[in-house]
Amino acid sequence: MIEFQNVTKKYGNNVAIENLDLKIEKGEFVFLVGPSGAGKSTCIKLLLKEIEADEGIIFVGEREVTSLPARLVPAHRRNIGIVFQDFRLLPKKTVYENVAFAMEIIHASRKDIKRQVPQVLSLVGISSKAEQYPHQLSAGEQQRVAIARAIVNNPSVLIADEPTGNLDPDTAWEIMELIKTINEKGTTIVMVTHAKDIVDRMGKRVIAIEKGRVVRDAEGAYREDESI
Amino acid sequence: MRAFSYTIRQAFAQIGRNKNMSTASVFAITAMMLILGLFFTLMVNVNLMAENAENQFETIQVYLEDEVSAEKALEMVDEIETMEYVADARYITKEEALAIMKTRWGENSYLLDGLVDNPFPATIEITSTDLQYEGEIVKAVEKMRGVEEVKFHQETIDKILTITRYIETGALVLIIILVIVSIIVVSNTIKLTVHAREKEIQIMKYVGATNWFVRGPFLVEGIIIGFIASIIAAAIVGFGYYQVVKLFAEKVLIIFSSGMVPFEFIIQNIVIIFVALGVCIGSLGSILSMRRFLRA
Repeated sequence: MIEFQNVTKKYGNNVAIENLDLKIEKGEFVFLVGPSGAGKSTCIKLLLKEIEADEGIIFVGEREVTSLPARLVPAHRRNIGIVFQDFRLLPKKTVYENVAFAMEIIHASRKDIKRQVPQVLSLVGISSKAEQYPHQLSAGEQQRVAIARAIVNNPSVLIADEPTGNLDPDTAWEIMELIKTINEKGTTIVMVTHAKDIVDRMGKRVIAIEKGRVVRDAEGAYREDESI
Repeated sequence: MRAFSYTIRQAFAQIGRNKNMSTASVFAITAMMLILGLFFTLMVNVNLMAENAENQFETIQVYLEDEVSAEKALEMVDEIETMEYVADARYITKEEALAIMKTRWGENSYLLDGLVDNPFPATIEITSTDLQYEGEIVKAVEKMRGVEEVKFHQETIDKILTITRYIETGALVLIIILVIVSIIVVSNTIKLTVHAREKEIQIMKYVGATNWFVRGPFLVEGIIIGFIASIIAAAIVGFGYYQVVKLFAEKVLIIFSSGMVPFEFIIQNIVIIFVALGVCIGSLGSILSMRRFLRA
């Protein structure tokens, strides 16, 4: 599903990632962990083709992202849903509109929007707040809306960049349950996080990156010495 | 179609949110177009005058001394007609010359009534077969006895045409500068809306919106600004020119013996030029302002 082959990215003299090899299968749930500046964000930016790799090849699905022409980048991004730590909802749109917006952008018909948006809102458990604005919602609810927006176009990959970073532990766990549900429906999940307890509790594959290299790739826990 | 209605709705919303800057850029473009309109109307009128002058001055005017009798003058006409490059020569008496002036001056001709002596000389009017050889005819005629002065207007026409060309070049340079300034003004206005919607644009790009979809509303915003400016400018120039024609057309006809370019011609061309220019300035301004934002 996702593959990095010997990928290197430098910012001037700063090496963000170096000769990175990585393979994630379809339907997997993967945590990307590591200290700040280890290269996790660079990986995500490369996946979305926000930045170009200096060396190496990246595949997402059938597509070779590294050689993708600019005109095909929008189509590529429609195949990837993304959720951020700070939600990034549009403050002047209601919950419903925020999600519908993602469908308007890809020219979905009004009929499809009317059918799909309530379904997704119900999946993330926020149907009752459809007509409210983001500032009227709690942080957890806002993240649910952001997730709804990320999956409304049925992407095959969902990237979550520290989705629980702004949430209290209980709410964070609810969000994790939701992401797990989405994964069970077949969506590949790549989640960047610092939340050790969540990673440990989920018991999924963990890829640890340090100084631009994969230092560990195993099932289970955040750190090697703690793995079961 | 759905994308289209989204684009139009967004564009109007953006202009509404950014009223002051939008109005400012409309005025900037309007002002630029008014200057352009001024030059345009001036140019077409000067050109028309030059053209008329050329037709009028095709003839060589040979002014005769007052002592020359009518018989002698007619002999001269015969002699001139035998010359090379002469198509036609015609004798005009002092009285006829005065009458011609009176018709040309129209209702102001009463000014001529007070004259004690007829100041207009008897004239032989020569039409050449080719403007190029008028100089040779003039040389030959000047040697004839009884000739007081030969008026030969090719030089005047050349001078008019040279001046016209200078004005045209000057206007062109000025207009290019003004167009560039207008594009910068529009692009700055749109940059403001782009900044206000930066977050939204970023999200749109993450969700997979194409560049043209993101650009659409801003492009339409620019086009609307340019279009409104062009309509205002066309209306002002049209109205102004209409008034000028009403007030001065007759006087211009008398003084320069050439009419003014009709209002209909001006308004048609002004509307086409202004709208085309306004739309170009608007779209170019918005594309420039978005370039940086769409790169990633």
